[in-house]
Amino acid sequence: MNITEIIKPENLVYDKPRLMNDRPMHYCPGCSHGVVHKLIAEVIEEMGLEEKTIGIAPVGCAVFAYNYLDIDWQEAAHGRAPALATAVKRLNPDKMVFTYQGDGDLAAIGTAETIHACNRGENIVIIFINNAIYGMTGGQMAPTTLMGMKTSTCPYGRNEQLNGYPLKISNLLAQLEGTCLVTRQTVHTAPAIKKAKKMLRLAFENSMAGKGTSIVEFVSTCASGWKMTPDASNKWMVENMLPMYPLGDLKNN
Amino acid sequence: MKGNEVIAHAAIRYGADGYFGYPITPQSEIMETLMDEKPWETTGMIVLQAESEVAAINMVYGGAGCGKRVMTSSSSPGISLKQEGISYMAGAELPALIVNIMRGGPGLGTIQPSQADYFQTVKGGGHGDYKMITLAPASVQEMADHVALGFDLAFKYNNPVMILSDGVIGQMMEKVVLPEFRPRKTEEEIRKEQPWATLGKPKNRKPNIITSLELDSNIMEQNNNRFQTKYKQIAENEVLFEEMNCEDAEYLIVAFGSAARISQKAVELARQQGIKVGLFRPITLWPFPEKELAAYVGKLKGILVVELNAGQMIEDVKLAVECKIPTEHFGRLGGIVPTPDEVLTALKAKLEAKRS
Repeated sequence: MNITEIIKPENLVYDKPRLMNDRPMHYCPGCSHGVVHKLIAEVIEEMGLEEKTIGIAPVGCAVFAYNYLDIDWQEAAHGRAPALATAVKRLNPDKMVFTYQGDGDLAAIGTAETIHACNRGENIVIIFINNAIYGMTGGQMAPTTLMGMKTSTCPYGRNEQLNGYPLKISNLLAQLEGTCLVTRQTVHTAPAIKKAKKMLRLAFENSMAGKGTSIVEFVSTCASGWKMTPDASNKWMVENMLPMYPLGDLKNN
Repeated sequence: MKGNEVIAHAAIRYGADGYFGYPITPQSEIMETLMDEKPWETTGMIVLQAESEVAAINMVYGGAGCGKRVMTSSSSPGISLKQEGISYMAGAELPALIVNIMRGGPGLGTIQPSQADYFQTVKGGGHGDYKMITLAPASVQEMADHVALGFDLAFKYNNPVMILSDGVIGQMMEKVVLPEFRPRKTEEEIRKEQPWATLGKPKNRKPNIITSLELDSNIMEQNNNRFQTKYKQIAENEVLFEEMNCEDAEYLIVAFGSAARISQKAVELARQQGIKVGLFRPITLWPFPEKELAAYVGKLKGILVVELNAGQMIEDVKLAVECKIPTEHFGRLGGIVPTPDEVLTALKAKLEAKRS
């Protein structure tokens, strides 16, 4: 087979989701954001929700998420995405509304908005990218930074006396009556991506069924922030992040 | 009805889509009245008590981004918390109504009335070069009227609008004629009238993106220039003010809101004593009635600016008349509301005594 035969539609086994724009992504090589964006696009497309989905972008590396998915978006102030999503959904109950937030956005500056949106059981999906570091601002400590982990604002390693402990915010959210699904996934292998997509779809289904708030946490890599190669960061994530943030459902009602 | 209650009724009757707030004295009656009226059962208006003022203003951002008629209310300390959201809405060009029933500050201050948030409101309380249309009601009737006016202006210019009132007008009871009920806008109407609204992307248009972010400085400068052009247009077209007994006046009291109500009585007392005083009341604090005040240059012996603060609007008055009219200030602070007699005494002491 030559190349023109290979790219015939009947020979294609994989295609870029239609909802993904052709714009080159600003994410670093090895970053989890691109894969998660793709999964969201696939789920929206497969559920036929393109015309009724509104995404809420955060402040952080995913601040430009609105450049990549061909849907309506609002870009929130740092940490406030769940407040925006609350109003968007309540004023438009037939729409699909999701937020996309990093660990600093969701678990530091936006902790109040996150907890209260979940506690009210807003019928939204919260997509939470946990890579234990602030990527956009250049590698500072996040609330989820591991003990001993070095960042530019804890250059000698996270120390409990100075910085407190890694915040397992999803465990906290799972305790709230308003949440119906709290699950922790990752996207570093093909089977992991498949599983993560299944849970993401369930979250979107919950939202449209009015079951309450669904949170899908993605334990993620930040090769640049961690100062590793993409491959090494995947390995580091499995060895260091997953013991602190074990994968699986924390709540699935 | 109380001024605060009237805000709630006027919002429901205007066809507002949503209210998001957090309790704070002296304005809690606004959300209490809305909750009591249960508009979600009649007009479909959503009312939600948020976890903070920060969350409430961001809910307003979210709702406004959908092209909905949404509002929030608070009092001074809570309005400080909303400044981030107001700046973002100005940057994203979102229409919304924000009500500030001012109390005395700084800090937690007092729950008593004040007008000390004038600077914060008209000079841009949040970051960046932006302006917020500011309405200053001086009666319970105007509290009702300014809800509709505020929403109309917000949607005319895609800009946040603030009703800047205080505890006097908010708590005061007066007779009021409420506006007629208007239906809320349907999704189809919003899609047509606010084509930028994020209500889900049909196949035939590009995604709508509500954002204040632009990292390309050249485009960001263009955005800012566009805002400035809009502000200039607002300044040219939307100035509102009231003049009372000004035709033959030798002195002018300039005051807004509750201070104007007190000054109105002071003008009456002064006239009884043969002092020719008029009252000039800015209704829009931004845009400020600059030209209208400048027209008094050469015609007055002096201006007394009366405010429930240490002297804020007086700066705009002096700028308007280019300091060509002697301008003095009288204010009480910390929640004290002066009597008309005090205003008259101040007028005599600060202006009349010096001149005659």
